[in-house]
Amino acid sequence: MENKLMIKLVVGTEAMFFLALIMAYVYFSLLPGFSPQQADHLDIRSTAIFSAFLFSSSFTFWRAEMNFKQGKMTRLKGWLLLTLVLGLAFLFGQGNEYARLLRENVSISSSLFGTSFFTLTGFHGLHVFAGLVVISIITTLTFMGDYDRSTSSVFGTVGIYWHFVDIVWLFVFLIVYVLPHFHKITG
Amino acid sequence: MDTILVPEPEESLPNLSVSNDQGILQWISSVDHKQIGIMYLWLSVLFLVVAGIEILLVRLQLAIPNNHFLAPEVYNQLFTMHGTTMIFFVAMPAIFGFTTYFVPLMIGANDMAFPRLNAFSFWTTFFGGSLLYFSFIAGGAPDAGWFNYAPLNEYNYSSSPGIDYYCAGLLFAGIGTVTASINFVVTILHYRVPAMSLKQMPLFVWMILINSFLILAAFPSLNAALAMLLLDRQLHAHFFSAAGGGSAILWQHLFWLFGHPEVYIVILPIFGIFSEVFPVFSRKPIFGYSMVIGSGIAIALLAFGVWVHHMFATGLGNTVNGFFAASSLLIGIPTGVKIFNWLATMHGGAIRFSVSMLFAIAFLIEFTIGGLSGISFAIVPIDWQLTDTYYVVAHLHFVFIGGTLFGLLSGLFYWFPKMSGRVPDQRLSRWFFWLFVAGFNITFLVQHALGAMGMPRRVYTYPNLPGWGVLNLISTIGAFLMAGAVGLLVYILVRALNKGAIAASDPWDANTLEWTTTSPPGLKNFDRVIPVKSTRPFRDYKRPEDADWKRQEAAYTEKPPDIDITQNNSHGE
Repeated sequence: MENKLMIKLVVGTEAMFFLALIMAYVYFSLLPGFSPQQADHLDIRSTAIFSAFLFSSSFTFWRAEMNFKQGKMTRLKGWLLLTLVLGLAFLFGQGNEYARLLRENVSISSSLFGTSFFTLTGFHGLHVFAGLVVISIITTLTFMGDYDRSTSSVFGTVGIYWHFVDIVWLFVFLIVYVLPHFHKITG
Repeated sequence: MDTILVPEPEESLPNLSVSNDQGILQWISSVDHKQIGIMYLWLSVLFLVVAGIEILLVRLQLAIPNNHFLAPEVYNQLFTMHGTTMIFFVAMPAIFGFTTYFVPLMIGANDMAFPRLNAFSFWTTFFGGSLLYFSFIAGGAPDAGWFNYAPLNEYNYSSSPGIDYYCAGLLFAGIGTVTASINFVVTILHYRVPAMSLKQMPLFVWMILINSFLILAAFPSLNAALAMLLLDRQLHAHFFSAAGGGSAILWQHLFWLFGHPEVYIVILPIFGIFSEVFPVFSRKPIFGYSMVIGSGIAIALLAFGVWVHHMFATGLGNTVNGFFAASSLLIGIPTGVKIFNWLATMHGGAIRFSVSMLFAIAFLIEFTIGGLSGISFAIVPIDWQLTDTYYVVAHLHFVFIGGTLFGLLSGLFYWFPKMSGRVPDQRLSRWFFWLFVAGFNITFLVQHALGAMGMPRRVYTYPNLPGWGVLNLISTIGAFLMAGAVGLLVYILVRALNKGAIAASDPWDANTLEWTTTSPPGLKNFDRVIPVKSTRPFRDYKRPEDADWKRQEAAYTEKPPDIDITQNNSHGE
């Protein structure tokens, strides 16, 4: 109980943090010169693919939680490993995207677009990375048998954080990738 | 293999002095909420002295016109460090010290919900402060004021590493603040003694609960701004540099979106302290318990809707200014409600003028003056006239010192016997009170006049205009009087620790659970907790025939036949 309340408060305060970053991004995106760059350099298709990995990792972690509650430890291990792989795939996709942008000379110091894009997606990536560290720790502990016949609240607690990271990406993806695309079609 | 044995505390009680018989290692490895609370308080005293010395140098520079005691660059660094330190490393740690020490004791808990997280919060604050001060030897302290406006905070305008240390130090401290607040909320909601309902919590605990949510919502904005500024300075991002297409005003928005809630963050816990002090020293229950809570929540919500009144001079347009002027006038109301709560608590009470109560009464006057000058800033044309003058300096010191610091001192004299087991010297404490209050008023009252005469703040010297020299000299004399008083305070505290009279466990005949323990409390706070049936459980316990809960029950069950029930006031005291 205490752990869940604690992580909910963490998620709440982190949400405010991302709100500040998103507001800065939106504010800058209304300035002239921003949206052409956004349209030129972002590739919604490849990003959609690695985003799908992150979204499905939320599902796999939810399955892991369910199996833990039912005491199915083998399945729990499977779903945890799958979550890790999906999370890593997302980070790998994001790394690829960053590498491509840097090759196209878009960096954090190149323009206002680069500044706000790398800051927003970078801080999110950092949160994914932190989540993966935590999940790999609890996966290791699961394999070592620490949670056999246990009523630990750790999966529920980590789950709240992981789903939160996922939801943040949903908003980031919509604002950074989808909305400008939509603008381009209509206008 | 060599192992270091970390000493576990055994018999000895957490005492205020650092020379605990188990040595310094026991202090730095401690996860006990009382010891961490004491460390927070000592940290606050340390930085109070440091930031006080900084401002004495500034006041010396300003004592006479056309003075060249300090170089302009040094002057900028000193006033910046003074403000930053006082807010983040004096006011906040002092509040957190009292909170960490007393919230578990007041709710009948033996420790915080997450003791190791509690230690983490303290040490990140400690290292944040150390990092900020490391800037002095790393090439220069931050020099763009405590709110660090863009573009002055950008590399092109401040190329010494000071502002990088400002960002890193405040980020560290900010993480400590946020984690501590999470800890407070979980502790208050999950670790109360089962009999204590939310509506029976001491008001100090209530204010901390509200305040913790305020911190969780406000600090991320500062942390985001600091991260952006670090990116600007280190990786040449363009958030706040207009030359790169960024926006200087974005910093102001993000900073004040944190900064205005922050001024309530350092006053709400103080309201909590006063809501304990006034009833105890007036021998009456608090007047309007639920009104104090309600107005606290109102303040917390409104706090997020007033930040632009710091930015009236930036030219955001009349509609925006009008909205924020209205909301700023509005937020004065719940604060005023609380003042009346305390006045009504004193009304008809058997008041004991202990030093704690003296500070509480002085607070009512000084904070009201600060509130009135604050309200005057909500009126946009007055703000345009007075912004960035000494009128602002006078206002903010009346609320920070007359509000926050007086509250902390009131809390210190109230709780010191509990924390240390010793009683400070009464006569010297009264001397301290009068010297400090006199010094404070001499220093800052005249600054209202200086501001109205147009003296700008943060300028390192000034021409010999009529009146300016003498008013500044008065202000400097007052500042040294305050400094002398603080020196006396440190002497009083150290003397009390060494040879003060032994304190009783309940010296004030108080109402709340922390006074049921010994002074100082044992390593384990409680073996058993007295029954909690009202907001004054300890008083109920001491006076069972006159218990609050009995009176309330009687009021609910008995129906006096001769009185019309619709007019029956059920809260006769």
